Amino acid sequence: MAISIDEAVPAPVTDDAPTARRRGGTARRVIEVLLLVIIAVAMLFPVLWMLETSIKENRDVYAVPAKFFNFDFTLDHYKDVFVAQGGGRSDLSGSFLNSVIVAGASTVLATVLGVPAAWAYSRFTLKAKKDQLFFILSTRFMPPVVVVIPIFLMYRELGLIDSKLGLVLIYAAFNVPFTIWMMKGFVDEVPAEYEDAAMLDGYTRLQAFRKFTLPLLVPGIAATAVFALIFSWNEFVFAIFLTSSQEVRTAPPAIAGLIGGTTVDWGLVAASAVVFALPVLVFAYLVRKHLVAGVTLGAVRR
Amino acid sequence: MATTIDSPVQEASAVPPAPGGSPRLSDRGLAVAFISPALLLLLGMSVFPLLWALYLSFTDYSATRDVPANFIGLRNYTDILTSDQVRIRALTTLLYVVGAVALQTVLGFAIAFLISRRTRGRGALTTLFLVPMMLSPVVVGLFWKFMLDAQFGVINSMLGSLGFGQVEWLTRQRTALFSLIVVDTWQWTPFIMLIALAGLTAVPNYLYEAASIDRASEWFRFRHITLPMVWPLLLIAVMFRAIEAFRLFDLVYILTSGGPGVSTETLSFHVYKVAFLGFSTGTASAYGILMVLVVIVLAQFYLRYLNKLKEG
Repeated sequence: MAISIDEAVPAPVTDDAPTARRRGGTARRVIEVLLLVIIAVAMLFPVLWMLETSIKENRDVYAVPAKFFNFDFTLDHYKDVFVAQGGGRSDLSGSFLNSVIVAGASTVLATVLGVPAAWAYSRFTLKAKKDQLFFILSTRFMPPVVVVIPIFLMYRELGLIDSKLGLVLIYAAFNVPFTIWMMKGFVDEVPAEYEDAAMLDGYTRLQAFRKFTLPLLVPGIAATAVFALIFSWNEFVFAIFLTSSQEVRTAPPAIAGLIGGTTVDWGLVAASAVVFALPVLVFAYLVRKHLVAGVTLGAVRR
Repeated sequence: MATTIDSPVQEASAVPPAPGGSPRLSDRGLAVAFISPALLLLLGMSVFPLLWALYLSFTDYSATRDVPANFIGLRNYTDILTSDQVRIRALTTLLYVVGAVALQTVLGFAIAFLISRRTRGRGALTTLFLVPMMLSPVVVGLFWKFMLDAQFGVINSMLGSLGFGQVEWLTRQRTALFSLIVVDTWQWTPFIMLIALAGLTAVPNYLYEAASIDRASEWFRFRHITLPMVWPLLLIAVMFRAIEAFRLFDLVYILTSGGPGVSTETLSFHVYKVAFLGFSTGTASAYGILMVLVVIVLAQFYLRYLNKLKEG
């Protein structure tokens, strides 16, 4: 989004040449805008449809042909997400809470481990540094379905199956490569001279890092942590294979479990999907400036 | 973990101490202390499991039987590589990866190109377009499963009002893989768009000005200025997506569960079936190792290329 759009080319290129090309200009611009609008509608329609489904009465949800506008409004589906049928907390709301705990804890762990490592990789000359960094990133590319097989066996030995700690550890391991790559970019932007100057004043290098560099890194750390949070929050494969009980299960497998039965309450599915996706969209909006780096695991920076 | 590391200097006062007055870690020690916790986590949670899988891939181990693993050499591998079933899955995966990534690239680049020509509303447009990418595959899968439902799905409903018959999107051999590609494209076109847009907006304006002085045609400018400038970044995005599409599991799991028949059973999904439904852990590990090899090769290309781009 705002990435590089802020520092974008000042004006569209076609318009500053008032030559013969001008003739077809207006018609062409109209077509281009029209195309964009059509694509935007197509891209957003599923999201809007889900939003609409989540506030429709059940019989309108299954109406054939589909009702686009004149449906009966209800918030019951949202109530069902949080409140169980007979009152009290619903299973889904427990899963949401688990998701918050697991995503939060794994993000903290990944940040605590990743930020110092990123700083060290940025500042020091190390043996085979490039290879180390590439090795770190390539662990992030491993297919989750494959990794989960030995992890499953390992956790079974360690008693970590169906535990929040197990999920936190594997999510942290998946986020550490991202954190290191992303943060290294931020650390690289802080001149090493700051630390050198501090060390001339008698600070140790560690103190220089903590007192001078770290405060400058806070915005970067926040952005990185938000991405790690989104990745953990959205994660599904590990969650479904490594957890089974209601007490541990996070939201993605819980929501996916809603379509397991013979009849599917699509209104409830839609409402829980909306509740689940909303924080992600808010957080993504907050870090929009770093989106290119974030979605390429910190590999591409602009 | 990191807290234990800085304890030696924690007592140092806020006032700058005299040089050499406090116990200090050498740079080397500091680097090791800062990097090793992260690396240890990766070794424990990524490398060690993969090595274990490598070991298991040479055995007939099954996670549900209480018998120790028997070493059977390369039999798992020869079985897999000669099996027709696997060839079908590999073909499905290839079709899926190529189809989805090609579609996303063309669409994503086209959208980015259109957006880059607008002055107003560019930020808002981009923001809107990026929504699908940030959603969890679970949510995306469910959205589309609902919309593509043969009886009350909104897609068929719209087609119906246009006079077309019902299409069984997810339950017909021919349409299922196509639907999967469409859904993946819907979710990940924004990714390509985002990166292409970053490339497009970075093309220096003076190049276009020079070209328009030379009265270069629109096509010439696109072909000889825009494309060469954006191509390296676009290629990064394409390779990244290819790796991701190759690993894809969640969408298949939710949308089709590999069906109907095995028409949408990608390699990822097949590994899952062998490991968690067939409980042939040894065979599944061998599968997994082969997939990891493919990913490593793809990732190497990606990283090499990235490296070249950064230095160049």
